[in-house]
Amino acid sequence: MIERCVLFAVLSLTACKREMRDLRSDPPEAAALDQVRPMENRIGGAAPRIMYALGQPYEGNAYQLNQGKRLYDWFGCKGCHAQGGGVIGPALMDGWWRYGSDPVSIYLSLRDGRPNGMPAFGQRMTTDQMWQLTGYIRSLGSYRPSTAAPSRNDEMQARPAENRGPAAAALIARPSR
Amino acid sequence: MPRAVLRSTQIVLLLGMVMAFAGPAAAADPPALDAASAPRLRAIMALPTERSGANSGAVVAAGTTLFVVTPYPQRVKAIALDRPGFPTRWSYTPPSTPEATALAANMVTTPAVADGRLLFVTGNGHAIALDAQSGTVLWDTIQADVSQGEMLAGPPLVVDGRVILGSQGDDFGVRGAMLALDAASGRRLWRYTNVGPDADVGIGGGFRSVALPNAEPDRGLVTWPAGAWQQGGGGLSAGVVYDTQHELLIHGTGHPAPWQPDVRQGDNLWTSGLFARDVATGQARWFDPLNPHDLYALGAGGSLLQAELDWHGTRRTLLLHASANGYVYVIDPADGRILDAHAFVPVTATTGIDPETGTPQRNPAMDVSTNSTTRGICPGWPGATGGGVPGAGSAAFLPRTGLLYIPASLLCMDFEPRQANYLPGTPYTGANLRTTGTPPRGALIAWDVAVARPAWRVEEAFPLRGGVLATEGGLVFYGTLDGWFKAADAGDGRVLWQFQTGAGIVSQPVAFTLPDGRAAVAVLSGAGGLANPDIDRRDATAAHGAANGLRDLQPPTDPIGRLYVFALP
Repeated sequence: MIERCVLFAVLSLTACKREMRDLRSDPPEAAALDQVRPMENRIGGAAPRIMYALGQPYEGNAYQLNQGKRLYDWFGCKGCHAQGGGVIGPALMDGWWRYGSDPVSIYLSLRDGRPNGMPAFGQRMTTDQMWQLTGYIRSLGSYRPSTAAPSRNDEMQARPAENRGPAAAALIARPSR
Repeated sequence: MPRAVLRSTQIVLLLGMVMAFAGPAAAADPPALDAASAPRLRAIMALPTERSGANSGAVVAAGTTLFVVTPYPQRVKAIALDRPGFPTRWSYTPPSTPEATALAANMVTTPAVADGRLLFVTGNGHAIALDAQSGTVLWDTIQADVSQGEMLAGPPLVVDGRVILGSQGDDFGVRGAMLALDAASGRRLWRYTNVGPDADVGIGGGFRSVALPNAEPDRGLVTWPAGAWQQGGGGLSAGVVYDTQHELLIHGTGHPAPWQPDVRQGDNLWTSGLFARDVATGQARWFDPLNPHDLYALGAGGSLLQAELDWHGTRRTLLLHASANGYVYVIDPADGRILDAHAFVPVTATTGIDPETGTPQRNPAMDVSTNSTTRGICPGWPGATGGGVPGAGSAAFLPRTGLLYIPASLLCMDFEPRQANYLPGTPYTGANLRTTGTPPRGALIAWDVAVARPAWRVEEAFPLRGGVLATEGGLVFYGTLDGWFKAADAGDGRVLWQFQTGAGIVSQPVAFTLPDGRAAVAVLSGAGGLANPDIDRRDATAAHGAANGLRDLQPPTDPIGRLYVFALP
């Protein structure tokens, strides 16, 4: 019995890797996270250096991606992009990105807006929130399945789940443009 | 001067105006378009509009010129009908801003011609008058704030030298408004919102409502949670008609914002109903609340027209409103009294119209609440008729047959309200919706107004989103989302002629006479919406849920819109 208890204690200490949840960045950290260096055409560029020091949490951290999913609902993204299929704004899940697919491009789209009607959210969201949303939007239109991306909705499940790499599963004919 | 004399003078003036812009060569309705001649219709023009969005306007034929306004960014073309090869007489491209591109995706671009002026609105909120002969700009004013999500909705209506316009931003929490401009100068004469305090809405001493008899003030405020009216929606919906007899503008109001109904408890006046306004002052005269506390965000969409018909033995001019909620209303334009209302499509959301109040009786099984999905709500978005924007999907009435030809959608929907947060200039909807349905999902319904039931219907695989043209000769023209332009016999609905335009049709067909005397019909193809290559239809909620209900609708090989003109030999 004691052996079992010891075994269980050892296993519980070693087998579970608890994912870190950085609930809110420190102000200097958040300020540093806003230091993106975009290309002249505002598509692509260098991510803030601190992103790598932090271990790119908005790429593969389930908590951050899930927060992004909640923000996607709360900030009215669905009004223009539905659950990723698009309405008056373009689809986000088909792997086609008008303004680039990398984190810096998507962060810039959120922060500064884009010409054809995408509003700027820089004054409406925190830097943390914009990066969380960036991470989620990238997972929406990802070509690769991910274990960190959300797998189900708390609401009407209307499309292939984010963790399945929705862009790779796009079986419809590609638009010509 | 006796009032009757005054009225008849004005009618003569109006008629004179109509003739002035119609010109000698373009009779409103060539009689030759009848059942015998329909099979001989041939395409004589297929002019690209160079825009791939929803080509949902109507062209206007005036004199020897055909005017077409493309989707955003707008381009106006005056096509010479009296010259071989139909060359462009002039064209004009108003300044555009890319910010308005998404917002303007579904706008109706029908222009108006009056007193030698071509009047139209643009997706970035401009109302513009051009000289119809030369295309020079007479005036250009901004009348809608695009940065807030407000747009000018529907075609301008010209009445006695006034240009009547409506604004809409229901999905962005914008209070919709009606306004009048001076046709000569573009100066604003009046502007009233459809939601808000009585002073903003134009409710004063002359206002009576049959359905809301008690005259307490500011009902546009107290029927909302505190302050919610400020983002109340209620833009122009279902177009505007002018009642010459009572000198009233009658128009529909859009749905309340947000779609999510739980955060806007109350009747949400004056959204989702019909307003009558004095044409000179804009003051409200009566209001019919068609969908108090509109649960499904359909608004009083659909089509609104006036018709002279025999009503219980008397010849009367009445309003016919085929509404997005699935009912045909017969309304007395004098005071807004609902004389009759019957469902023209299968409806599950409501069980009928209360004869006392004129409002629908709710079906409790189709109630909606936050974070729960209600399935099988019929009609589905954007409603049983109409394309969700004013001036789209208009029905037509033919006095000869007594039938109202309604372009109908038989789609249903699943609806799930979610949290909605208001951020200025961003969508304020807060709901998941997907449409559902199997063929036939659309129909051309010939509604016998006198007996309140369909005389016949032509079933279609897809919902009808464009308008209907009924000719005096007895033909009914309409277009389908899969690109067919059809002519049916107005008496029995037999399809006598059809033409594949190559792209879906969501526009209003127009009949006119060519300068050489031949009868012609014009229609724009190009549907936008689900045909837009930016839509990924694996998301059932994409394109307002059309991606689910219309998943088998093939996108066109070429989404560019085209202006087709068909003529008899």
